[in-house]
Amino acid sequence: MKEQLQKDFKNIIKNLNLSQKDIEIKKFSLDNFIEKGFPNRKEEDWRFSDLNQIIKKNIGELSFYCDYASTNKVDTSVFVDGLEHNKIVFINGRIEKIDFDYEKKNQIEIIDQSETINRFSNNNSLSDLNNAFTNKCFKILVKKGYQLSKPLIIYHTFNSKIWSKNINLRLDFELNQDSSLRVIDLFNEASEKNFLNIFYNFDLKENAILKNYKVDKLQNKNVKYSFNNIDQDKNSISETFILSSGSNFSKNEINCNLRGVHASAFVNGVFSLNNDKHHEIRTIINHLTENTKSYQLIKSVLEQSSKAVYQGKIFVDPQAQKTDGYQLSKAILLNEESEFNAKPELEIYADDVKCSHGSASGSLNDNSIFYLMSRGLSYQQSRELLINGFLLDVVEKITDPEVKNLIKNMIGIKE
Amino acid sequence: MDKRQKEIDNLKDYKYGFSTDIENIKAPKGLNEEVIKFISKIKKEPEWMLNFRLKAFERFKLLKEPDWQKPKYPKIDYQDLYYYSAPKSMKDKPKSLDELDPKLLETYKKLGIPLQEQARLNGIAVDAVFDSVSVATTFREELTKHGIIFCPISEAIQKHPELVKKYLGSVIPTTDHFFATLNSAVFTDGSFAYIPEGVRCPMELSTYFRINASNTGQFERTLIIADKGSYVSYLEGCTAPMRDENQLHAANVELIALDDAEIKYSTVQNWYPGDKDGKGGIYNFVTKRGLCKGKNSKISWTQVETGSAITWKYPSCILKGDNSVGEFYSIAITNNHQKADTGTKMIHLGKNTKSKIISKGISAGFSDMTYRGLVDISSKANNSTNYTQCDSLLMGNKCGAHTVPYIRNKNSESNIAHEATTSKISEEQLHYCQQRGLNPEEAVGLIVNGFCKEVLQQLPMEFAVEAQKLVGISLEGSVG
Repeated sequence: MKEQLQKDFKNIIKNLNLSQKDIEIKKFSLDNFIEKGFPNRKEEDWRFSDLNQIIKKNIGELSFYCDYASTNKVDTSVFVDGLEHNKIVFINGRIEKIDFDYEKKNQIEIIDQSETINRFSNNNSLSDLNNAFTNKCFKILVKKGYQLSKPLIIYHTFNSKIWSKNINLRLDFELNQDSSLRVIDLFNEASEKNFLNIFYNFDLKENAILKNYKVDKLQNKNVKYSFNNIDQDKNSISETFILSSGSNFSKNEINCNLRGVHASAFVNGVFSLNNDKHHEIRTIINHLTENTKSYQLIKSVLEQSSKAVYQGKIFVDPQAQKTDGYQLSKAILLNEESEFNAKPELEIYADDVKCSHGSASGSLNDNSIFYLMSRGLSYQQSRELLINGFLLDVVEKITDPEVKNLIKNMIGIKE
Repeated sequence: MDKRQKEIDNLKDYKYGFSTDIENIKAPKGLNEEVIKFISKIKKEPEWMLNFRLKAFERFKLLKEPDWQKPKYPKIDYQDLYYYSAPKSMKDKPKSLDELDPKLLETYKKLGIPLQEQARLNGIAVDAVFDSVSVATTFREELTKHGIIFCPISEAIQKHPELVKKYLGSVIPTTDHFFATLNSAVFTDGSFAYIPEGVRCPMELSTYFRINASNTGQFERTLIIADKGSYVSYLEGCTAPMRDENQLHAANVELIALDDAEIKYSTVQNWYPGDKDGKGGIYNFVTKRGLCKGKNSKISWTQVETGSAITWKYPSCILKGDNSVGEFYSIAITNNHQKADTGTKMIHLGKNTKSKIISKGISAGFSDMTYRGLVDISSKANNSTNYTQCDSLLMGNKCGAHTVPYIRNKNSESNIAHEATTSKISEEQLHYCQQRGLNPEEAVGLIVNGFCKEVLQQLPMEFAVEAQKLVGISLEGSVG
């Protein structure tokens, strides 16, 4: 892999016009990655999902070179109908389009910041990989007091030209005081067997509101890793919803730092898996100051030999008195081959806190099925009704009505 | 009230902190094959036992000390320890208690465990372990009548080699983790109990561990076998003198329950926890594991952990037999600079297996407490259930309480439920108690006892009273 990395790296550098400083930074990251390699099960964070093995099994040999120089045609048919929205379109990892047509132009700034390196606090080699190979890093800055009228949809699309590629993306968002932003990540993947490595950084200033919906619904054979870092100032709110379903492997990490008083974070997730898919959500909520709140709800429905993992951690700093932290994960195993692993973790250093977590896993309740069947439903109908109800609980937590409907339609939940 | 206050005053300082001035035989300092041979020789062990030790030592040389746990400690120099220390008077084993060194008898009397049988009215058979040897085992005749074997493990190796050979290392293999392997190589003494088929042990069996010599590690090994349809309740207590240095205690405990058998294992651990500034104290790195080998068998662990500078242990159950049951009840209290990383592992292998975990953690002062547990339901363990509840109570804002459960469910017919909460004693509860005339310390004592009640009631009567007091004392001075 080492030769492949170095060769592809040279090709990329050749095709891009980078400053000397930029090349040095990228080289440094590359060396770090070569030293560490892909994370494996020996690392505590990856003990349930050995990425090294997963890439070997699902993809085989990866190549890291992406042709960033030539443009790709934007296929408008993938765009969401019936919902007016702003767009960022990635095709094969290259930004083809950024448009904020519905917004006031002077309120949003798009800054090219390829020269600044991002230091993500996730301590794994994937951030090095990302730093070494990302093409361009844009920062989207929402100015003070501006609330975007329409949601922003980020399309992650591919054309059939690429396979067995590593694709690295990075975006930075800064939400200034009293601003708000809704971001929807949509994965439409026609390609096969690529490894996506996505890093987002959100910086929320006072009273800012961020809503991020990650929707991975369409069946595809990709391996995906996504990392969200969210820094929150006073009174800010972040809401993250994850629908984890389509990819062969997917790991979503949320690292949230509640730095200002009365900041709150909500993470809700749904795993709906079949075949031999293997998905994971890992959250770390750091309560760093007084009166902060976090709430997490993760539900899984597992069919065939699929596997879901939830690792959630609530950290409470000695300063963070009056913290309110809650975490619940529930799983229904529908097949004897399916598997659910959980590691709900509390690390608490302050005494005046209210923190709790719960985790439950098991099969569908026979009594409930019996109840519904005795009222005339077939077994299949009763089962669907129960599963829909189980998942609807999480979808209902979405606070944005437009997006809630969009997602309900995608999952096929009827009310 | 006066009586209780007096009791508390008596106990406020670690009352077991005295040391007995007694002449010792020690193995040469350090860890090597010679020392292992020395231990084996002084114990007059057969060759297979020595081979068992040497094999473990070979393995030990390859292992690295683990460092993933929360409480960090300064590196232990394993070459700077004595691995064997025994009172000189024990060289030729006394035949009866009358021949026992009066100094030893005095020590145990001071600890509240009079060994003379006439003094014992409460009917608990005790095996007393002093540093590296078992000094006395009481009530043996009575037990022999029922066919129960209860003796030091060194004696069992000589007299019942077939049982020891068959079961020793069958639950904790010599190739297990660092400290367990170290123990397999250098273990000195401990208790052995065998309950024959269909016998319900008529009294509680008990071991009392005492570390006396300085600069010594204690490595005891306990093996309990409950044959088909038998029942035994086993108690364990421990204390050590106050010393400025840290002492290592790395024990292995193996339980085996065959068809329809039940073992109840209770521990009140009160090793010296170190002084107010965290100086000294015992490192309690213990491996305890039970195997529910037969159908319908049951193993129940109950522990009250109040002592030790660092506690690092996970009493576990391997539920291999169909319909077997594993239980774990724990209270862990840390105060001052104590650290505890404790919990359990429930490994479900058989069908219809059930497990229950109730863990209560209380941390005060500058201490740190972690519950770390594993519930693993394998794909063959149909219709199994687990229920876990771990609650933590924090007193003061300099301490920490953590929960790290690992939950693995590979069976769709099985259910796992896990709950955990962390909180402090609520102002309302305190106010309510104080309004009715209790002072703050009493109020906290009452609330804490209520918090721990679910676990305390699992303990045998004599222990429960002791443990309740201990809970109150360990938290002394942490309020206000």
